[in-house]
Order: sequence, then structure tokens, then C-alpha cells
Amino acid sequence: MSELIEFKLNGKAVKVNVDSERMLLWVLRTDFGLTGTKYGCGEGFCGACTVLINNKAERSCSIAVKSVKGKEVLTIEGLMNNGKLHPLQKAFAEKDALQCGYCTPGMIMNAYGLLKKKSKLTYDEIIKEMDDNFCRCSAHKRIVEAIQTASNEMK
Amino acid sequence: MKNDNYLEMDFKDIKTPFEVDRREFIKLLGGGLFILFTVGDTLGYVQQEQRRRGELPTDFNAFLRIDEKGKVSCFTGKIEMGQGIITSLAQMLADELDVTLDSVQMIMGDTDLCPWDMGTFGSMSTRFFGPPLRAAAAEARNVLLELASEQLKIPVDKLSVRQGVVYQKSNKKNKVSYAELTKGKKIERHLKGKPRIKDPSEFKVMNKSITRVDAIEKVTGKAKFAGDMRFPDMLYAKVLRPPAHGAKLIDVDLSEVKKMSDIVVIQDSDLVAVLHKYPDVAEKALEKIKAKFSLSESKLNNENIYEHFMEVAGDPKVVSHNGDINQGEKQSATVVDETYYDSYVAHSPIEPHTAVAKIDGNKVTVWASTQNPFTAKEEVAGALKVASENVRIITPYVGGGFGGKTRNLQIVDAARLAKLTGKPVMVAYTRKEEFFYDAFHPAAIVKIRSGLTSSNEISFWDYNGYFAGERGATHFYNIPNSSTKVFGSGWTGSANTHPFATGPWRAPGNNTNTFARESQIDIMAAKAGVDPFEFRLKNIADKKMLEVLKVAGEKFGWKSFSKNPSGKGYGIACGIDAGSYVAMIVEVDVNSKDGNVKVNRVVCAQNMGLAINPEGATIQMEGCIMMGLGYALTEEVKFRSGEILNKNYDSYELPKFSWLPKIETVILNKKNEPPQGGGEPAIITLGAAIGNAIYDKLGIRLNRMPMTPERILQIIIKK
Repeated sequence: MSELIEFKLNGKAVKVNVDSERMLLWVLRTDFGLTGTKYGCGEGFCGACTVLINNKAERSCSIAVKSVKGKEVLTIEGLMNNGKLHPLQKAFAEKDALQCGYCTPGMIMNAYGLLKKKSKLTYDEIIKEMDDNFCRCSAHKRIVEAIQTASNEMK
Repeated sequence: MKNDNYLEMDFKDIKTPFEVDRREFIKLLGGGLFILFTVGDTLGYVQQEQRRRGELPTDFNAFLRIDEKGKVSCFTGKIEMGQGIITSLAQMLADELDVTLDSVQMIMGDTDLCPWDMGTFGSMSTRFFGPPLRAAAAEARNVLLELASEQLKIPVDKLSVRQGVVYQKSNKKNKVSYAELTKGKKIERHLKGKPRIKDPSEFKVMNKSITRVDAIEKVTGKAKFAGDMRFPDMLYAKVLRPPAHGAKLIDVDLSEVKKMSDIVVIQDSDLVAVLHKYPDVAEKALEKIKAKFSLSESKLNNENIYEHFMEVAGDPKVVSHNGDINQGEKQSATVVDETYYDSYVAHSPIEPHTAVAKIDGNKVTVWASTQNPFTAKEEVAGALKVASENVRIITPYVGGGFGGKTRNLQIVDAARLAKLTGKPVMVAYTRKEEFFYDAFHPAAIVKIRSGLTSSNEISFWDYNGYFAGERGATHFYNIPNSSTKVFGSGWTGSANTHPFATGPWRAPGNNTNTFARESQIDIMAAKAGVDPFEFRLKNIADKKMLEVLKVAGEKFGWKSFSKNPSGKGYGIACGIDAGSYVAMIVEVDVNSKDGNVKVNRVVCAQNMGLAINPEGATIQMEGCIMMGLGYALTEEVKFRSGEILNKNYDSYELPKFSWLPKIETVILNKKNEPPQGGGEPAIITLGAAIGNAIYDKLGIRLNRMPMTPERILQIIIKK
């Protein structure tokens, strides 16, 4: 059933009148036109659709839009601050931590969630927490280096 | 590919839809200097394409333009799917033309703006596109120097160029820019001769590592993929799919779905689809369709497929032959007779196949994730029965291809549905559809019989490959009596070979062939009681291969084994792909209780001739290594009677961060040699290097990929 859902999206209060059982991924990509968040598998395995909900990295393909009512949602489009790249974005670009770039928003958002939990990360922590984000081009080595760089910068 | 930005900036003078042939569009562009050139791809693909189309454009298939603002654009049908040519091709142009990298723009994969191109695959872009692109740029520079000479009244040899400005060497104030030179002119030149291209010592941009030109768009979420296109009234389609390959639709009941509000239902012969303004709502609607399919007639599964291969193999093609196999066998003290098996592997790009089709009047435009937009154009024209000049394929960024985005079924579906509904339509595969319609890397068999003399030289080599194809089938060892034959035609097989589509997968066939050859060499080294590194040094005939192997050995710190297997878990493999030479040494740990393999370290040396963008080439090598762990260790498509049992990533394991080994790459410094392929070669050696390392660790030999924990445990238990 259609329902008015109000939440904060990339820092702005928004409301949308949709079937509240619809998955957040599709509401973001269609109703809000925020196409940076990607579909990869639809069942929460690959992490391409990762966004932050109340500062926690979540799989938007498996979360109904009703569950973000009153919460804060952050997508890749909301990560830049005053037109400045976030240290993670800068590090991903500079360290060549991407190839086709399709999994990149999910990677960056998952890493951002990680940095929100703990700003200083060890190599093992990065590996463990990033393990369920898939990159078929296999830029894993550079992604880890980029997260390490950003982590150091944010200390 | 900033096609759309480009359109806004520079193509305002073109009325769309426009119907023009390849030659005509140059007339439609504004002023400037145009250099038209031909990319002479020399691999078999060209001949295949020639046969299929009955013709090849002989005039030109790419061009570059220096416009009246001094901006350089290169128009090519090649596409960017992560391999980085949007950067490396731009680097070449910038260097030859003496302009800055940011004044170069690549216009790629748009069938209306770019001349015909066969597609992006086979690590060919840099090898075959590079030299003529550089020559065209050098020609452009010559033309511009001549123009400058006339204008400045200074002979050409007294002039030099820096950042798009021609100046007098002795008086830099005497200068004129490319923009000023091309203003108000329209000069068209066909590249015919071979202008002097720069010597590597003169490179300012090439052969240097730079950040990818598409990086910022991709880290901010702004980069547009096919699925990110939005049009007013656009509908998302979900198409009714059979449960198995070979299953036919017998009966369909659409009564339930037709009751749903806002759902558009289409039934057009074999095509049954539901459409809605939300993709997720369309997907729910699809579940309401009651359909009955016939059972697939295929009886094939993962186990009986190999028997089937031997039955349908037919006659072989002799790839190479020297000496006399029987004679060689007679001289042998030891004979090794082995059969190797490889499995079906999915491409599985994280971006599933996607297309958006839009029809305005008689013009069909499709934004698609494809590696071969010009093939897609013909396919759409055929399906809609329209002239192909009325079809335009635009390729935004492609989210990974690996050879898998050469099958354009989703493009045809989208075009048909756009015509049937009269609205823009997106078809984007679900992960399940992506697995189902993938043209898999084919399963294959390789049988090798080979021998050793009493002095541990290879006496004969009898190689028979089934359905792996020729790529990487020949060897580079010194063998007096040798035969290499292949059965079945490469990755497609003949009709009735495979129960579903198969196709090129990163370094097609070479992963299988290299796994077989390098495992066999290792077995012979063990039989000879010789260290596998020493054995290769002694028996490799190809000097280039010897050189890369030595470089890899040095980097790894190889010390001769006192016994083989050594128990250390070291494995070596060598191979040649797309003109590049690769030697790889890995170190593994194997858990003998659960069969799990952890690859700790991978050293890879590669001779790829001139590396245009060494950083890009290194990234491709790292990607090959990480991706190669998958086909070697876990990736296997499971199937039964035409059904694909892998529906999502819970039953198909891709390499993950926790698998990441210590990766060390070396690119040999060969800047005076022509550039060779870089996107595929380093993937071919993973299977054999890991298999050989498992042998070195535990003394067990796996002859089937992937080398899963179950298969490893089975052998351990048997032992």
C-alpha cells in the first residue's frame, strides 16, 4: 500500500509516497533518480547497493523503504562535502582502486561505514569488513590500499 | 565516454535523428583537421567478421579531429569497460600531438558518431589500435606544422610544438596555436604513408603512470552506465524466461497479471513481458504469470559432459607438428599420459547486461552495455526489420565485460519492447538471468602424452585439446617430436557440443591450455626428480620465455629444491597470450583437513613490449591474478538438463578480499618493442601455478579445475 515515507537523504529532509514494502535501492534509483547506488545481485551478496543508514553500511536491495522512516540515509552522491571529494573518494581515484567502476560506490560506502565505526583501521580489519563486497575486475589490492590511505588521512 | 557531454558541447549543429553513412558524418561536424585512418586488426576475428558481413570497410575505421578550439577528439567504436583504454589511447594521442592530456577526448562506442568497429576484445585495442592511432596523430602534427610554417613563414625544421602551440625554436614569441591553425578550415586527410612516430625517449605522457581519466566520475557516482539512463515515460521490462535451456513455452496464463493496475503486458510470439515504471514492481508482476514449459531434451550435466565431448569431437585440426611422435616415444625412458579437465565458468560482471531502447519516428536508439555496439546495431535492425542506418547504439560506461558482453540478447529484447509499447524501455538482467544467459567459458578436455629421455630431455609431446581452442595450445619447449591438435572450434564448439551458449572468456581457451601444458611439464620435472624451475630453464626453447622466467625467479627468490615435491608449496607456470610472455610463481598453503587452499604470494613477470601506461598495465596484471584465483579454485557453473543451478552468488563463489595474496608484478622494460596485450595474459597461468604448488605442498595432483576443497579432500582420502 502507498504510504508517505519521510526520512533524511544526503542531509536533506525528503518525503516520498510509495508502496512502503519496496526496496530502498529501487526507490533511490527511480523516485529520487540517484543512480550511483547499483544493483548487482538483489539478494545482499555483492554489496554494489551499499548505502549508509544512520551511519551504518547496509544493503539497500534488501531493506524496505518503510524501515528508513525518520532515519538518515547517505548515498555516494551525498559523500562529497562542499564540492570536495571525501578522502576515500580521493584515495580510490588516486590509488586506481577501480576499473569498470560499477562496484565502486558500494565499495566506498561500505568503507565509509567502516571508518564511521573506527577511524584507524588495520589491514586485517579492512579485509574482514570488505569481504562481502565483490569486485569482478579484481581491483582488491588497490581498494585495500585506498582505504588504508583514507584511514591514515582521517586520523 | 562522455558522449552526452560531447553532444551538448559540440554537436548542436547536428539535427537528430540524422541518417548518414560513415563518410557523411564528417561533413556534419564543424571545422578542423580530420585524420582518417584504418586499424588493421590482424587476428582471426577480422576474417570471421569479413565472412559474416561479406565486406569490410577499407577506407577507414577511426578518425581523429583537432577542432577550432584546439581540442583533440578521437572517434572509435571501441568501448571502455574497465580495461582503461579511455586513458591509454588518450595518452598516445597527447604525446604524438604535443598537447596536454586533458585537451584530448575519447568518443567511444557510439555507432552514429564513430566509424565501424568489430568490437572490444582480445587485448587488441592497444596492440592494433595503438600504432595507427599514433601514426594518425603524427600525421596530424605534420599537417599542423606545415600550416604553421606557411602562416609564420618559417621552415618546418625550425619549428617545435608544446602543449598545442607551434613556435619558432629560436624565438618562442613567434608562435601559433593548433586552434588558430584550424580555425575556419576543414581539412580532411587519409593516413596512407607511415609518418615518423616518436621514439620512446621523447615520450612525455606515454610510458608514464597517470590517474585514469574516468576516475572522478566513478568515485562520485556520476559515471553513467546503461542502467542509469532515464527518460520520461520509460518502462522497465521483465521478460518471462524458460526454466532451462531447450525448454519451450507450451502455455501461458496472463489473466492474473492483466488484473494488476499500471502493468503493461506484452505477448509477441516468443516474447512475453511485463512492464512498469518501477523495475521492482515489474518483477513482482512477473511472478503472477502462470507458464508451462516443456522439459529440456538435454541430458547433460557436470559429470557426463566430458564423455559427451569425446563423442562429438569429430576430426582434429593440426595446429603444429614436427618430428615423429612414434620415434620420440621409442626414445623415451619415461612416458607421462594425462587428461586434464576444465569447467564452465561464468563471466559474471557486477553490472548485469542492460539496455534502454527509445524510438523517435523511424530512429531507434539503444544505450547498452555491450562490447560490440556495431554487431548490436545489425541485430536490432534485423529484429525490428528496419534499415541499419536507422539504428544507433550508444555505449555508456560498461560495468565489466571479460568477453561476456558480446551477446546482445537484452538489446534486442529492449528494442522489440520499445517498438511494441511505443515507450522507452529498459531491460536489465537480474543476477539469475545473468547466470542463465551468460555465454560461459567452455568446459574442455586436454589429453597429453609426453616422454622423457634418460637424460631428462623431453623426447616427444602429443597434445590433443577438446573444445578449448587454439589459443595457448602450442608450447615453447625444445621438443624434437611434437604434435598439437585441437578438436572442436574454439569457444563456441560445434552445434550440439554445449547445452547452452559458450563464448570468449578473458584469454579464451588459454587458461585451459596453459593449465594442461604447465601441469604436464611439472609432472615430468617431478618424474625426472628435477626442480621445476631448473627443468623449465633446461627445456624452454623460446629466449623471451627464458628471460621472463628468470626475472620471475629472481623476484620470487627461487632456490633450487633438493627434492620434488619440496613441501614448500611453490608452483610455477609460464605462458604466452596476446603477444605477451608471462611467468608466474606462487606460494600456497593447503589445509589437509578441509581441503582449503590459501594462495599467499603471487609473483608475476610479464614481457608486453612497450607498456603505454605502466600503472594501467600493472593494474590489469593484478586484476588478472585476483580474478584467476576464481577459475582455479572455486568457479564452476553447475547444470542439469539445461537448467543452470547457480542462481546467485550463494552458489557461485567469486574471489574475495580475504583471498588477496601478496601480489608482486614486474613488467620487463621493453620500450623499443611494439606494445602487446595487457588485459588478459597474466590470468592464464593461475590454474597451473596453483595446481603445481598444491603438488609441491602435499604431493597430490589435481587434473581438474576448479581445484575445490571437495576435490582436494577426495584425492587426500584416496591417498
